[in-house]
Amino acid sequence: MKIIVVGGGMKAYFLAKNLISMGYSVTMINKDKEDALHLAKIDRATVVHGDATLPEILEDAGAHTANVVVALTSSDPDKLVICQTAARLFGVRKTVAIVNDPGNVEVFKTLGIDYVVSTVRTISSLIQQSVGNETIMNLTPVEEGKVMILEVDVNTEDPISGKQLNLFEMPHEAIIGCIIREGKPIIPRGDTTVSSGDRLIILSLPQVQSATLSAIKRKVD
Amino acid sequence: MAAKYEEMKKNKTSKYIIIVGCGGLGSSIAGQLSAAGNNVVVVDRDREAFKKLPPEFSGFTIMTEVIGKSALVDSKIEQAHILIASTDDDNTNIMIAQIAKMIYHVPKVIARVFEPSRMRVYEDLDIETISPTVLAASVVSDSILNEGDVES
Repeated sequence: MKIIVVGGGMKAYFLAKNLISMGYSVTMINKDKEDALHLAKIDRATVVHGDATLPEILEDAGAHTANVVVALTSSDPDKLVICQTAARLFGVRKTVAIVNDPGNVEVFKTLGIDYVVSTVRTISSLIQQSVGNETIMNLTPVEEGKVMILEVDVNTEDPISGKQLNLFEMPHEAIIGCIIREGKPIIPRGDTTVSSGDRLIILSLPQVQSATLSAIKRKVD
Repeated sequence: MAAKYEEMKKNKTSKYIIIVGCGGLGSSIAGQLSAAGNNVVVVDRDREAFKKLPPEFSGFTIMTEVIGKSALVDSKIEQAHILIASTDDDNTNIMIAQIAKMIYHVPKVIARVFEPSRMRVYEDLDIETISPTVLAASVVSDSILNEGDVES
């Protein structure tokens, strides 16, 4: 599987390294000569120096055979043109853009970009959801924060500790999807009992997230 | 401003035109279309850019931090008959033109694109494009070829 990563400086550097270590074939395109030379130091990476909003540069990078194009350039309009050119002229199946302006998420989706991520929205929702919630070990927004995955550790004094799940009341828009007990994952059923030391992996809609937490955890003032 | 729009609607020959990018091209078009009796709004990121507008321009100017969808909403794009994307950046013009056409269904959309190879991607969209590079090239070659005709 071949992935083209456009722009992005150090973000591209680490993304490419990661993808290569996962076994993907990676080609990077960068307008800046210094950045391109730096990226070329990555083992097994191919780097093209040029403006990827021009079809000939995407062609040089082998867009015909690429499965995915990821646009990380600094300008949103550039990202749009790169993804559209890749999809329309070269038949790239999946295009991904990381946008600056959160308002562009809907715009890009309407204009045919397959996967649009707003770092601003993701970080804002992380901050909004996790500030004051030291009890949450990890919080992952899914689909631009429409669904949240929470990881919560259970202590002896927590209301859920020692409870059997079908007898435990929590919001309907949240579910405990997995329990990590002594390093092993358990998919819980109604008759599963939660004990102290468990880590709960909860799937929740954002609007019931705090209600879910207050049902599970002891109040911290 | 609302009264002005109502007035415009009554006058059927006058059109509501949005020009994004107040450079040399944008400001000249704004002046001409405004002098011809149209309602013209010019959008730019730089307040200084509006100084380029000629005296015959009698429309509105909107300064925006970011050239994007929200700037178009501020300029009442849902009422526009024509949008002209004439910033100095090809890709911004391509994006603005698509937002106008695909999201707001503006009847006539024109984009200035310097680099002709970029246009291959958008041929099937109902967006008119002007490439100064192609125009200048054809003017120059016409001039030379015509000169050749005269000599021969």
